[in-house]
This record gives sequence, C-alpha cells and structure tokens, in this order.
Amino acid sequence: MTAGTIMPYDEALERFEPVLGLETHVELGTRSKMFCGCKTTFGAPPNTQVCPTCLAFPGALPVANAQAIESTIRIGLALNCSIAEWCRFARKNYFYPDMPKNYQISQYDEPLCFDGYVDVEVDGKTVRIEIERVHLEEDTGKSTHVGGATGRIHGADYSIVDYNRAGIPLVEIVTKPIPGADRLAPEVARAYVTELREIMRSLGVSDVRMEEGSLRCDVNVSLMPRGSSEWGTRTETKNVNSLRSVERAVRSEIERQAAVLAGGGTITQETRHFHEDTGTTTSGRSKEEAQDYRYFPEPDLVPIAPDPAWVAELKAALPELPSVKRKRLQAEWGLSDLDMQAMHNADAIDLVEATVAAGAPAADARKWWMGELARKSNESGTPLADLPITPEQIARVTELVASGALNDKLAREVLEGVLAGEGTPDEVVERRGLKIVNDEGELSAIIDQVLADNADAAEKVRSGKIAAAGALVGGVMRASKGKADAARARQLILEKLGVSE
Amino acid sequence: MSLIRKTAAELGSMIAAGEVSAVEVAEAHLDRMAEVEPKVQAFLHVDREVTLEQARAVDARLRAGEKLGPLAGVPIAHKDIFTTRDMPTTAASKILEGWRPPYDATVTARLREAGLVILGKTNLDEFAMGSSTENSAYHPTHNPWDLTKVPGGSSGGSSAAVAAYEAPLSTGTDTGGSIRQPAAVTGIVGMKPTYGGSSRYGLIAFASSLDTPGPFARNVLDAALLHEAFSGYDPMDSTSIDAPVPSVVEAAKNPDVAGMRIGVVKEFAGEGYQAGVLARYHEAVQLLESLGAKVVEVSCPSFTTALPAYYLIAPSECSSNLARFDAMRYGLRVGDDGTRSAEEVMALTRAAGFGPEVKRRIMLGTYALSSGYYDAYYGQAQKVRTVIAREFEAAYQQVDVLVSPTTPTTAFPIGERADDPMAMYLADLCTIPSNLAGNAAMSVPCGLADEDGLPVGLQIMAPVLADDRCYRVGAAVEQALESRWGGSLLSKAPQL
Repeated sequence: MTAGTIMPYDEALERFEPVLGLETHVELGTRSKMFCGCKTTFGAPPNTQVCPTCLAFPGALPVANAQAIESTIRIGLALNCSIAEWCRFARKNYFYPDMPKNYQISQYDEPLCFDGYVDVEVDGKTVRIEIERVHLEEDTGKSTHVGGATGRIHGADYSIVDYNRAGIPLVEIVTKPIPGADRLAPEVARAYVTELREIMRSLGVSDVRMEEGSLRCDVNVSLMPRGSSEWGTRTETKNVNSLRSVERAVRSEIERQAAVLAGGGTITQETRHFHEDTGTTTSGRSKEEAQDYRYFPEPDLVPIAPDPAWVAELKAALPELPSVKRKRLQAEWGLSDLDMQAMHNADAIDLVEATVAAGAPAADARKWWMGELARKSNESGTPLADLPITPEQIARVTELVASGALNDKLAREVLEGVLAGEGTPDEVVERRGLKIVNDEGELSAIIDQVLADNADAAEKVRSGKIAAAGALVGGVMRASKGKADAARARQLILEKLGVSE
Repeated sequence: MSLIRKTAAELGSMIAAGEVSAVEVAEAHLDRMAEVEPKVQAFLHVDREVTLEQARAVDARLRAGEKLGPLAGVPIAHKDIFTTRDMPTTAASKILEGWRPPYDATVTARLREAGLVILGKTNLDEFAMGSSTENSAYHPTHNPWDLTKVPGGSSGGSSAAVAAYEAPLSTGTDTGGSIRQPAAVTGIVGMKPTYGGSSRYGLIAFASSLDTPGPFARNVLDAALLHEAFSGYDPMDSTSIDAPVPSVVEAAKNPDVAGMRIGVVKEFAGEGYQAGVLARYHEAVQLLESLGAKVVEVSCPSFTTALPAYYLIAPSECSSNLARFDAMRYGLRVGDDGTRSAEEVMALTRAAGFGPEVKRRIMLGTYALSSGYYDAYYGQAQKVRTVIAREFEAAYQQVDVLVSPTTPTTAFPIGERADDPMAMYLADLCTIPSNLAGNAAMSVPCGLADEDGLPVGLQIMAPVLADDRCYRVGAAVEQALESRWGGSLLSKAPQL
C-alpha cells in the first residue's frame, strides 16, 4: 500500500475548507457488563470474564445495566443534550467472529440523548461543537490476528478472540458536522476529544484511557473547494488512539484528500486506518462492501423510559464541569489565558488543584507541576498524572521549602527521591540527609575548615575585596553538599573575617 | 389403574403420602416409553439413569421432610428447546447436535425446584419452526390417535408424549400456536400463558417478542398445577412481567361460567374449516351457554391479517436470533480444515446445519428487515400487530373471554403439507392473533370430528394476565363434556 501523494498543509488550506465529524466511543467504568453480571476488569486473562449471555449461548438473554443507563444520561446532560423520555435498544446485525451474537445491541433512531453541544477553546477562540446524539451500546470481543503482515484479518494465518471485552458498556458520542474550523481543524478535533475526556473524568463514568481503548475516536474529514458550500465526500479514520493522533489524523487526511482532489480525483467514501508510526492513513473497508445492518428494535429488552424527575435530579447533581472549573480556577489563581492554556494542554490543572487543596500555595503548586515534573514527564514519556508522586507529596515539599527546611535545589532532590520510589518527601529527606544545615555550630565548623583551606581567598576578603567571598561561599556549599543556607554562610564568613558589606 | 393412567395431581398426592415413590412412578413411565416410543417417537433424548437419579433425589428430599410442591416426584417430558445441564439440548437442529448446555433454563430450574422428574427431551420442529414436527432434523413424531398423522407442532413431541401416556405432563413453547395446535390435534390441554408470564431465559429463541413457555397436560387442573410451578417473574428475562402469577389452580378448581360473557370470534369459521371441527366447536359454544354463560358474536376484522403479519415479524426476529449459530463457540463446525476463513466456515456450517424451513425463514426475515424494505414489511407488520392488540382490547370491553376453534382442521397426514409451506402455515390461523397481542390462550378438547374420528380443540382466549379465565372456562367445558362422554376424550383413543 503506497502512502500516495500529499499536498502541503498550507496549500491545502488555501484551496480547500475542511468539514469535520467525530464519533467517540467511551467504555463506561461500570463494575459489571452492559447486559450480564460479568466483571469488566481490564487486563484479566483471556476469556475469564464471560458467561452464557456475553458468549451468546443459545437461550441466554440480556438484562440492561441500570448504572450504565444512568451514566449515559449524565454524560448527555453534561453535553447539554435533551434526554429521551422513551427509547429502545436496537439490534445492529452483521457477522463478525468477535461479536458473539452476530448482532450488536445498540441504539438506532431512538438515542437516549440528543441535540447537545460542547464549547472548546482553541487559540483563544471558543468553538461550539454540536452533539448529534449520545447512545448506549455494547463492546465487541477483541480479535488478535496472528501471522500475515498487517496484523489485520486479511492475510492472517489464524485469529484468536478474547471475549472479556464483549458486552462492556460503550457510549457513542456523535458530533454534527463541524464546518468553519478552517485551518485550526486538527486543533479543534484534539480540543474536542480532550474536553470529552475531562468531562468523562469529572463525571467519574470512565477512566478514559486512550491507550487501553477505553476512549476511542473515529475521525470524519471531508474537503470542499474554497467558495463552495457543498460538502465533499467524507472518509472515516479509525484506530486513532491518542490525542496527538487525533490531530495528526485530521491533518494527514486533509493533506491526502487535497492532493487527490487537486489531481482531478474523487474521494471514496470509506473507512481508513491511522498508523501511529507514519502519521498517515491507509484505505480500509470501502463503501462497496458497506453493510446493511438491518436495524430493528431489540425484542429481548424493554424500552427505557427515564422518569423526568429523576433526570432533573441527575442534572442538579452534576459536578462542576471542566470548562466552568477552569474559568473559576484561572480567576482564583490569577493566571493569564496563556498560562492556563499551557496547564490545560499539559493535563496539569487537576493536579495543581489537588496540590492546592492539600495546602500548597497555587503559585508553588503550579511551579512544580509545570516545571520540574513536566520535564520529568516529557523525559520519561509518562503522563503527568501517572508519575509516581501525589499532589499531597508536592504540597509537603512546598511546606518544607516555606519553613526553610529545604531550598529549591534540595527540594528538587527530594522530588527525585520520591519519583525513584524512595518513600515520602520526609522519608527521602531523612534517608538522603537533605535538610538545610541550620545548626550554627556545624556550619561554623565547615566555614572554619573552608577558610583554612583557602587562606589566599580569605586574606583577600579580609583586605576588603569582598567580591572574593563568593568563592568561599561556594566552598562551603560544596563542603556541605548543598545543604547549607548560602546567605547565612556568607554572613558568617564575613563576620569571621571581620568585614562587613 | 396403572400409574401411567393417573393424573399428575393424583401422582403428586400419592408420592407425598408415601403410597408410591418418585422412582417407581418414573420407572413406570420409562417402561411405557420403552414400549411405545418405537411407534410414537416423541423423544429426542432419553437417559434412564439421569431420570432415575432425579427421582431418587426427590424421594430423598421428601424423606428428609422437605416441603415440596404438589407435583414433587411427578415425571415430565421437556421440550428440547429449553436448556438442561444434565441432558443435551438441540432444538431439533443438526447445528446443535450433542450440545450440552452449561446452564439450566429458568423453566428447567423451576421444574427441578418443584421436584418434577425430567423423563427426557421431546421432539419439535427445528427451532420451533413448524406446525407438524416434521421439520425436526432427527425424525418425525407420530400422533398417538393415528400414527400416520402429525402430532401438531412445533411442540409435537410434547403433545404426543402426553397423549401416549408416556408422561402426565410436558412443557412446550408457543410462538404462533406451537402449544395450542398440537394440544388440539392430540386431544389434550395446552396453555399459552400471557407473554412475559413465564420466563424465556434458557429457551432457545425463535421469535423473542412472541415465544412463550407453557404447559401440556391431559386435564385442565394438571395444566394449571404445572403452569404455577414454572411461571412468574424472572429477573433474568427483561420481558418477564413483575406481577403475581394469576391464580390458575384455583380457577381450574372452580369450573363455573355462570354469568361470564363469552365472545365468539366471527372471523374464525367458514371456508377452509373442516365441517367436523366446526360442528364440535358450535356444540361447545352451546354447552357454555347451557352452563349459564352469555354468548355474543364479536367481530375482529384484523385477525385475518394476523397470519401475514406474523410471517414477517417472526422470521425477522429469527433471522437475527439464529445469527449466533456460527460455529465459533459451540455446536456444529463444518469445513474447518485450516485452509478456510472464519466466514467460509460459518457459511458452510450454517448451510449444513440448518434445515430448509429454518433457512426459508432466515431468508424471509433478512429480506423483510433490509434497507428499503423495512417499512413495507417489518414496519407494516408491527402496525398490524398494534391494530390486532387494539381489537382484542375492544373485544374484552364486551366479553370476558373469546372462543374459536383452535385449528381449522384435525391432524393431517404426515407428509401431506411438507412441501406446501402456505398450507402448513394455515394450521396456526386461529392461534396467531393471541401471540401478536401477548394474550393468554388455551386449547381444551371438545370432541372428535365425525369425518375422521380425530380430536378437535376449543380455543379460549383471555386478556393479558387473565390466564385464570382460560382455566375457569376450560375446566367447565372439560367437566361438562367428560360427564357427557363418561370419561376423558383421550380414553377413546385407540390402544397403541
């Protein structure tokens, strides 16, 4: 499969205008599956979380998970959707080995939530993304295709299926077409998925880990020539497994489609696969093979009819949503838009907030998370939140600095120790012996030794060349392994040499 | 009188009183089965030892003083469409040949809790699709009244087993008449409870919105006892109704129709109905009137459209329900020689594993649900279904129950309709409306047709959750007719 030609992004945007659409699947974090009592623990040995229902044994029946329905309604409310007063599940019929019933229980023309929106900030602008629908369905099993070059089913020697994932509740969130994002389309797509992820987190309905597949995104892109108002044919790119990939997939698809269109070709309505390594997409299933899913209302389940009073209660009990919270925190912390955006991009806001809640001043909390820890996160490729250090521990470090027990340099070492698994900040201070030397006797002894070892420099200072004291302070810091309070050492040196500044 | 001629209620009392053991009762029936099965062929699976083990366990529970229901120790023939842990479950299809389910259907579990002893799994039309049991992938079943005739279907193994005194009770499932029609043509009692009144969990699905488990027995009271034993709310079946089971046993014990309003469905008579069937039916209606019921004629014009609507809805659901038989996780697997893809193995397996009627319905249903045809077929059929339900509701404003012949004809010869699906489908003409509306309905014997001497059934239909009315009326008809006949209709059947 060739990568094909591409048109450079700037040129593509000069000639064409992109229209986006995003379909996002979120695996809900319910304890049991959507239609049976099986557990949903990630990473369990294959086919250990299965039963007659999720394996589609003859005679087995589904029973809807009430928690999943509640979570979906809360998601709908958080996305400003209307909630259906009455709706049904539907069967989506197609044969595939990882789908035990050979139909998926989903929703068709009666979604649980519909007509909502979410606002995202991109480049200082607010973009409103309209939500078409939010519906509930079940996940499929997971196939692994062994042998063959592509890792896909065609050309594989054989395939194995793990049904642990089959039947895990899945919420599908579909946007309306998003025109007008223009050259910011890749960033808008990314900002939208980021916002969804944070909303899910704040609702506590999913762990939304893209790398584990609990948040998956399909990206629809079409182009229309500048000046035209007729949308082009769209492609749907699947397998987009990180926020960065969402952005890259949109960009790459714009560049590819622009080249095809500019060369007089037409875009095929098809599914494409995104490749992390190259950042490009390749053709998957085309429309010629498109399925007729023969949707019909699921006769094994009764309709869902949420009591409007209950929906109102759920709405009233929604947590503060991320965008509202960001505005509040920005005001509380007195930060510029740019600083706040940087924290948002680094996924640091919740961490800073928790650190502040644990007693740290906002400025200090932000300094550590956005400085030292952001650096560690970049170096190790670990998301900030996954670093082995807690907001409480950062708060403790800022407390030790404020009390004078640590300086910034020592504090960095403490953080290093905590990250290396040496224990709590206090334990690291204890084990590494990192307390500032503020025992005057000990400091005095160190200074005496340094003065004796550097008689020339001492003499210069004594004779009035106070600038030479710097070298002596440096000697004290070295001798104390950085634990001395440099200002106090300088004071004592000058005292001992009988000079003043 | 030998044990096999006794009613289930009598056997239950004798076992409870210690007059006879469950093992002795089971042995008597197993012996009867050994004697007549070569002629009747009602069963697909019999395992004497598994059955006796169940009987011994019931005897032990009773000896230990455990309080069991009125049917403890009574044997039962179980339709081979309910999953059973200790016996294979095939739905009479090659695609499930030898399959041993890892779980019991709710109906099976409740039979066991009540202490019923399962004699074996009975034959049926493959996946319950048919009206003669000829569509079984294994063998046909013969009507004990005339071995050259069909026992009805799809639950023909269950009706034949009870009519042949192989079992006092049996289970069936009724999707379009699969309990009532076999009961009618074998001269026994068959009841389709209100949809949702009995659990579908572990019942291998044909058409989910229609399938209803129900009882067969040789008399109305026995049917009521079995109905009570396995019905009622099941949290494993979302469509089961969370309401008390109607007091069907009490109704069966009070055969009093004085003052009841009985509606005769005008549309179910006339052309296409066998004269002997209509004669017995009209006599039964006169009988009810003579017992003090108020009989009125009721018109339900949409009932004549029930058959086509049913043959769109049921196949549509079945085309989806049977998709799971794909050779991946259980059952038959054909062509998996390492050179073929999963899709090819699926296709070969389904081609080899399903019989012609099952394939016909899968294709009908797939077509009816297809994009561009859905509204004209499935969608339209659902509208007809709604209209039929409304006509029932309107009728029940005027009357307490509706009556009709259960079937247009008596049992037909094996092979006669096998190549004519439309003629076969007509066997369910009168029974289908109650399935579409989810109502309760029963068939009770009302005599023998003059022209062939074969049994005729009276259908009694009642509103949702008014199953007890079927039993009250059925018991009244049974009592009056049996006193006229000097015994049960079945006692007139020829000796096997």
